[in-house]
Amino acid sequence: MAGPRVIIIGAGPAGVRCAETLVAAGIRPTIIDEGRRDGGQIYRRQPDNFTRSYSTLYGTEAAKAAVLHSCFDALRERVDYLPETLVWNISERVVYALRLGKLVELPFDALVLCTGATDRLMPVKGWNFAGTYSLGGAQVALKSQACAIGRRTAFIGTGPLLYLVAAQYLKAGAGVAAVLDTSPWSLRLAALPKLLAMPRALFNGMALTLALRRAGVPMYNGVTPLEITGSGEGGVSGLSFKDARGQAHSLACDAVALGYHLRPETQLADLARCEFQFDAATRQWLPRIDPDGRSSVHGVYLAGDGARILGANAAEASGRLAALAVLKDSGHPVETDVVDGQRRILARLERFAQGLRQSFPWPAHFAANLPDDAVVCRCEAVTVGELRRVVAQTGATESNRAKAFSRVGMGRCQGRYCGNAAAEIIAHAADVPIDQVGRLRGQAPVKPLPIAIAEDGA
Amino acid sequence: MTAASDVIIIGAGIAGSAAAFFLRQRGCSVTLIERGLAGQQASGVNFGNVRRQGRRLEHLALSNRASVSWRRMRELVGEDIEYIQEGHIRICYRDRPELLDNFAEYAGEARVRGLELEIVTGTALRQRFPFFGPDVLGGSYSALDGHANPRLVAPAFARAAKRNGAEVIENCEILQVEKAGEDFLASAADGRRFHAPILLVTAGAWGNRFSTQFGEPVPLVSHGPTMCVTEPVPYSIRCAVGVVTPVKEEDLYFRQIPRGNIIIGGGPRNPSYPDLCRAYVMPRNTLNQFKQLRRLAPELTRLNILRVWSGVEGYFPDEQPVMGPSRTTSGLYYAFGFSGGGFQLGPGVGDVMAELIATGQTTTPIDMFDIGRPALSATA
Ligand SMILES: Cc1cc2nc3c(=O)[nH]c(=O)nc-3n(C[C@H](O)[C@H](O)[C@H](O)COP(=O)(O)OP(=O)(O)OC[C@H]3O[C@@H](n4cnc5c(N)ncnc54)[C@H](O)[C@@H]3O)c2cc1C
Ligand SMILES: Cc1cc2nc3c(=O)[nH]c(=O)nc-3n(C[C@H](O)[C@H](O)[C@H](O)COP(=O)(O)OP(=O)(O)OC[C@H]3O[C@@H](n4cnc5c(N)ncnc54)[C@H](O)[C@@H]3O)c2cc1C
Repeated sequence: MAGPRVIIIGAGPAGVRCAETLVAAGIRPTIIDEGRRDGGQIYRRQPDNFTRSYSTLYGTEAAKAAVLHSCFDALRERVDYLPETLVWNISERVVYALRLGKLVELPFDALVLCTGATDRLMPVKGWNFAGTYSLGGAQVALKSQACAIGRRTAFIGTGPLLYLVAAQYLKAGAGVAAVLDTSPWSLRLAALPKLLAMPRALFNGMALTLALRRAGVPMYNGVTPLEITGSGEGGVSGLSFKDARGQAHSLACDAVALGYHLRPETQLADLARCEFQFDAATRQWLPRIDPDGRSSVHGVYLAGDGARILGANAAEASGRLAALAVLKDSGHPVETDVVDGQRRILARLERFAQGLRQSFPWPAHFAANLPDDAVVCRCEAVTVGELRRVVAQTGATESNRAKAFSRVGMGRCQGRYCGNAAAEIIAHAADVPIDQVGRLRGQAPVKPLPIAIAEDGA
Repeated sequence: MTAASDVIIIGAGIAGSAAAFFLRQRGCSVTLIERGLAGQQASGVNFGNVRRQGRRLEHLALSNRASVSWRRMRELVGEDIEYIQEGHIRICYRDRPELLDNFAEYAGEARVRGLELEIVTGTALRQRFPFFGPDVLGGSYSALDGHANPRLVAPAFARAAKRNGAEVIENCEILQVEKAGEDFLASAADGRRFHAPILLVTAGAWGNRFSTQFGEPVPLVSHGPTMCVTEPVPYSIRCAVGVVTPVKEEDLYFRQIPRGNIIIGGGPRNPSYPDLCRAYVMPRNTLNQFKQLRRLAPELTRLNILRVWSGVEGYFPDEQPVMGPSRTTSGLYYAFGFSGGGFQLGPGVGDVMAELIATGQTTTPIDMFDIGRPALSATA
């Protein structure tokens, strides 16, 4: 077959639009996704046996979800689609995946990583009790399983997802104990000019807040989380926090959903040996890309939230741009005004995303005040105090070094959940700038890999 | 600026860090210089086997000397480096029964050299090591071997050396060494210069760079052994385990740590890039380990692995290190290229090199490691 072998990882808005653009140019890409159905995170399709309506599932985004799904359906005959397939490694221009227990090896000429985002988490004392979920986890439970994480869930953290998921719980009839935002209101006002880059999204956000207020859900801004209370056997029983004026509150709940906006899922980019650079605005390391998504590695491209947290609309634009870059680099004719058009869309959305970052900042300073007995790494059960002790006694001021001595980030999640916070704790304890703490090096497999894979595979 | 001491050591892996520690015990002033952080290369990422059995008989004296230090480690370095002396078993498969005879023969020779081994077969083997697959024929068990946490050992030696007065300089790459009059002058990439009448090169896979500067190039190549680790499961396998086989693919070893994870190593090695200080695991090699595990310990194949890794290790054609004085330059000493086995030897290497430097001789024979040996010049 003619044309380059293109593999797209991720069938969310970025991956789908990337595929569509490639197919239009006569290329038959392979799309791999871990999920059972296409759609990605926000437009994830429900399992076949569920029959909820688009508006129930996707609310204000129902129309966009429908368009993306039908776009994908129309592509089905012209792409090779591998659902329920986890890519666990990339090496020497071959993608290694696990598909229904079997090994799949796929060589590529061009690889577009559209791997999306996951919640960015900051520990709070007691978050290791059963019943504490990330906002994303809470949403997935509702979206794909149609069940809530608790009967009375407290939502804490910051970012648009905080309000969105709380509102979705409310709408589904699940109890919402409170919505506790760590960002003060004043930041949202200051960011208003940028947020107006997308008036409809701004309006939707305000509508969610209003709905929660109308339902009488207690809502606070500028809070400081203190502790999730509970027990090993019984799980979560309550939550305490300080309000913006410094007054302490506690409330009863049987589940907590928490998250501080998002972090890109960059492990595959790391395994593909892409270079990273420190992004001061979000205090995290991001793969270095050019405006169209080309990484530092020839033939490897990035799009969507897996490259930059710019949201679903931007994911569609950057997915198209990455496809255009693939086409251009493999000698296909590409019209410059098409590229320019997508770049303009992206620039407007970038402005909105800046507004969101400004409104809902990552509360780096919480790391300094975490009590020593709070757990930082839940996989390996390492406390904040132990990490601080390692930093003080061994002089480990770099993430991988601190990991080697403390086990923080050595567990199942490979530091996906604790890495950002651990870096802040190290930076504070060692009194070094956060960028000098570096980032945890990605190591295969992306998720735990069954040893039995060889049996069915090779 | 130039800083002076009795001895400059280049490379703070386990060899250099232990040498600094033992030189301080003998009263020498020491400057230990490391490009990155102490123990960050092979010494910090290896499998962690502290195994004597199976080594060449003529290496056992050095290995035994290291073994004494391993058992005293907490007392020496003042911290727990997670040394677990719960034994080591090497096994062979049914299709190679002649290896059992080799085990017995080796055990006889080893006993004379102070290493007690026990041959275990049949029901005794099944009872004591119930995790072995049916294809395992028998093994050789060494009760006084074990394993340790490599991430902790070299840094602990470097810290202990520092507490005892050594100058430990990290994040400092030495580019050039030369002998100016009586002293060696070592120049770092950041412009710092160090001088001392004695220079010890413990630069691991990068040692050739310095021996070459003194007219002694050696055929050192680097490879990356293949490692992975499982999720934690209840702690039940106390001893370290390894397969003896002439077939590289069948080579496999594992150990469990009290936290519960099982660390697995062995099989074909990976490409290694000394210039990048990285070695990348080829997925095929990980999959080969999975396949081999089915034969060695089938129950373990129910587990998931969490992580794979490798590291840059320097190998000589005869798989023996270079250790001892330079042939061209007085006051210059080498200890590098441990060819896959330098973790266990490390404390012994430091101890012997300190003795050699401080007294001019060693009570442990190391002449087979001479840099001028024919095996090195033939291919150089
Ligand atoms: C938990 C969560 C909930 C969100 N909810 C909303 C919301 O309700 N409304 C909203 O506007 N925005 C939401 N967002 C943001 C929104 O999801 C993103 O802006 C948008 O989905 C980005 O699209 P994408 O194509 O970049 O990635 P995604 O839509 O996230 O798609 C990425 C896909 O890649 C796949 N993938 C990743 N790694 C691998 C791998 N190793 N192997 C195989 N497949 C892989 C994933 O399974 C996923 O399907 C949410 C984000 C998160 C993390
Ligand atoms: C994956 C793996 C598994 C292994 N498993 C085992 C095992 O189970 N048992 C066992 O006994 N052995 C094992 N080995 C071998 C063992 O790890 C090594 O032989 C041993 O650690 C070598 O120690 P070293 O101090 O000589 O080298 P290294 O630890 O590599 O130290 C050399 C140091 O020199 C520094 N350096 C180099 N050049 C310069 C310069 N120009 N300036 C300053 N500093 C410099 C380097 O940064 C490095 O830190 C394994 C090795 C690997 C990689």
